[in-house]
Amino acid sequence: MKQFLQGIKDGSPIGIGYFSVSFTFGLAAVASGLGWWEALLVSMMNMTSAGQFAGITVMAAAGSYLEMAVSQFVINLRYALMSISLSQKVDSRFGAAKKLVLGFANTDEIFAVAMSREGEVNSRYFAGLAVLPYLGWTSGTLAGAVCGNILPKQISDALGLAIYGMFIAIIVPAMKKEAKILKMVILAVVLSCCIYYIPLFRGISQGFAIIICAVAASAVGALCFPMEEEKEKDGQEDT
Amino acid sequence: MESGNFRIYLLVMFGVTYLIRVLPFVAFHKKIENRYVRSFLAYIPYTVLGAMTFPAVLYATGSPVTAIAGVAAAFAAAWRGKGLFAVAVCASITAFAVSLIPGL
Repeated sequence: MKQFLQGIKDGSPIGIGYFSVSFTFGLAAVASGLGWWEALLVSMMNMTSAGQFAGITVMAAAGSYLEMAVSQFVINLRYALMSISLSQKVDSRFGAAKKLVLGFANTDEIFAVAMSREGEVNSRYFAGLAVLPYLGWTSGTLAGAVCGNILPKQISDALGLAIYGMFIAIIVPAMKKEAKILKMVILAVVLSCCIYYIPLFRGISQGFAIIICAVAASAVGALCFPMEEEKEKDGQEDT
Repeated sequence: MESGNFRIYLLVMFGVTYLIRVLPFVAFHKKIENRYVRSFLAYIPYTVLGAMTFPAVLYATGSPVTAIAGVAAAFAAAWRGKGLFAVAVCASITAFAVSLIPGL
């Protein structure tokens, strides 16, 4: 129970952040022709920002189901990497049944917070961590879909930065602590800018670009600056 | 939109996203011992977020000036140890404040 509550506490800033991000999703979904309940269903069943924005774009353009599947696959493939990382971080009692349910909640931010925790992560902590982000994500979508268009454009534009603010809040403390993380993040950013701005790479979709940059930078990091073997921390697991 | 279409779109989205997240999570249940693979996986969260943030964030507000101001504020807040939500609010408020400056 203590672990679950700790998870809730650690998840609360993500939940509030998700509310503002999904608010803009609800706004965009209704603007693209979905009903408010359709926007809400998309958020309830996916909980992924980039994938959902791409999804409503495909729907609005009446794209094929294959196009939908491929765009979701490419944009969300990074989650496969994250799930492998997370599988190495959870304790041995985090069984397959729990993974089938809780794996759904492995978003960029929940993953990053779980990974930055000392020692192993158990299922109660992870479940607690997921609760408020899920509520924030779905209720924000509903709020954006229902009352989004009364918001001035400057405010909805400014809200578009909220998700990146959360990303920065996760990266910066890790960069401060480990110079090699700083170097690899800079490498990933440089690669990402190259793909974005060099005309030769124009055909690469955003989802693939993220995967290429993250895999290349992490591989360089692993080869040139492998992490020290972490010592197993005691006292994390008892509840 | 026709509701039948919407349901299929939704199922496709859900199926792909869910399987991508859950299959690798369930499939890897042993600890990977290799130090290089472990290091690779340890770098992943930060390199993914870095690549997702830049350069996309510069175009997130419709104006690079307000976006850069928001990013700078977010870095400053995160550097001073502020949490996720505080940093996100800093970024949004700064971008909003800058967007009020006439002539931008």
